[in-house]
Amino acid sequence: MIDIIIGHYNYWIVILLMMAGFYTVINRGNLIKKIAGLNIFQTSVFLLYISIGYVEGGTTPIIADGFTIYSNPLPHVLILTAIVVGVSTTALGLALVVRIKEAYGTIEEDEIHDQDMSL
Amino acid sequence: MIEQNLCLLLVVIPLLAAPITAMLPNGKLPWLMTLTVTWLCFTLASWQLSIVIDGSVISYELGGWSPPWGIEYRIDAMNALVALIVAGIAAITLPYALRTVEKEIPLQQTSLFYSAFLLCLVGLLGIAQTGDVFNLFVFLEISSLSSYVLIAMGKQRRALTAAYQYLIMGSIGATFLLIGIGLIYAETGTLNMQDLHLRLQPILDHRTVHTGFAFIVVGIALKLALFPLHLWLPNAYKYSPSAVSVFLSATATKVAVYIMLRMVFTVFSSEFFKITPAENIFLLLGVFGVIVASIAAIYQNDIKRILAYSSIAQISYMVLGMGQASVLGVTATLVHVFNHALMKGALFMAAGAIVYRVGTSKLDSLNGIGRQMPWTFTAIFIAGLSLIGIPGTAGFISKWYFILAALEQQSWLIALVILLGSLFSVVYMWKILEVMFFRPATETDLPVSEAPLSMLIPMWTLVLANIYFGINTELTVNVADTAVKLLGVVTYHE
Repeated sequence: MIDIIIGHYNYWIVILLMMAGFYTVINRGNLIKKIAGLNIFQTSVFLLYISIGYVEGGTTPIIADGFTIYSNPLPHVLILTAIVVGVSTTALGLALVVRIKEAYGTIEEDEIHDQDMSL
Repeated sequence: MIEQNLCLLLVVIPLLAAPITAMLPNGKLPWLMTLTVTWLCFTLASWQLSIVIDGSVISYELGGWSPPWGIEYRIDAMNALVALIVAGIAAITLPYALRTVEKEIPLQQTSLFYSAFLLCLVGLLGIAQTGDVFNLFVFLEISSLSSYVLIAMGKQRRALTAAYQYLIMGSIGATFLLIGIGLIYAETGTLNMQDLHLRLQPILDHRTVHTGFAFIVVGIALKLALFPLHLWLPNAYKYSPSAVSVFLSATATKVAVYIMLRMVFTVFSSEFFKITPAENIFLLLGVFGVIVASIAAIYQNDIKRILAYSSIAQISYMVLGMGQASVLGVTATLVHVFNHALMKGALFMAAGAIVYRVGTSKLDSLNGIGRQMPWTFTAIFIAGLSLIGIPGTAGFISKWYFILAALEQQSWLIALVILLGSLFSVVYMWKILEVMFFRPATETDLPVSEAPLSMLIPMWTLVLANIYFGINTELTVNVADTAVKLLGVVTYHE
């Protein structure tokens, strides 16, 4: 039991971050905090992929004398792509928040909702 | 030369055209560029379909790396059909877009608008072409990010909140898909769909595989607007610019249906689908989706929102077909993917034409508009018949197959729900037609003229296609048949 908890601590961190991020996205009414939550949520997935690519005792996947075990480079490459996607999502999301602030004068979800309903 | 690189060209041409379009001076030039590119893509997609229609498969190795190491583009009849729908709808939307974009998008944003449109096209075509699950995720994000931009370009400020809501839900969906892909990658060490299928078969009882499957299904269901994950869809369609709502309503969710089919049947398998609860969940959500979304559509008072809820109901039909996991069921789903793109494209074009002339799509302001815009009105009428499923229209063919599939499995309840859904669609289409035709125009309303020809011609092309594919089913049913055979769907009789 202890072994499962300690031995897989990286996965526990992943789950913790994932849930924290997901909860923030769902629960918070502030549009910027939602984006922050989304970021944490995505970051946890990056960690998940990097954990998958780890090989015990492995080094950076660059061929060099004296090293025979390498980490799996593919998940790293995948996650580089996913980071780019995450960055663009964040940028676009924040840009939308700026426009929403200009149009509504607030970034609180319930206040925006009230303004829409009062029309 | 072109034929060998056909499947890559379909993605590369719009991808290269997008940044070029962004740099063009604002005005008509970006539109012309996009028009050329979309028609080129349409030609290539038709060519591609004509190659694979006999059941053959094109395998293209990107960069010369052989699969499963490199990314493989693998085109069979289903890929080619989806690519044809996407490219075809884009090609027909563009002539329509000229006038609406002039009216709805500020002049200084036109080149950026068309650039985003092309990127969205790239994403959707890429999803249809690729045979690699991670590549699919990247294309999904390309299409999603550009569609958030397109939706946010709507005139009203609520377009912004609609785009934001879609961004949050869409990103969660895509991240779920990413988690799922990561988990099955951890189990198999491969990302190629065919290779994944082979490697997953011996380990289908592993818990990680089941978890991965659950994440993938939920992630795609968000993109698919599967009831009850559909909340982003009505506002996104309502507040987006007319040309965008035409394009997205006809393609985006259909492509998501394709991803679901590909993932469930190619990557996993119909045996696996049978042992997971997913099958029953699909059937349950499909039944609820048809009924709840149709009833919701009846209570809307805005044409675009009625059509959006109707889209959710139509997607639920497709999910019902998929959930039956039989050859007939999946054939029905594919046929409906095609036919629904035709009818919703036509209906949203008509709604856009009304917005163009009247300035709103609220039913209260449309009294008697049908008499002033007879061609638009007739288009809504015929496309509405197709939506309901009257014989002689494309909608009838898909309804026919859905009911055949339900009866084959002897699920009377599902057959009943499909008929009930048709009945509801009579009610909400009648609601639109009644306001437009039978109510007298209020005197304070200014008289409006018929929509311009550049909008009527694309609209009527789709309307006539609805009739054509209702009579001549050779293309749709043949392609769907071939695709389902290659998909490896197995019918189980209970």
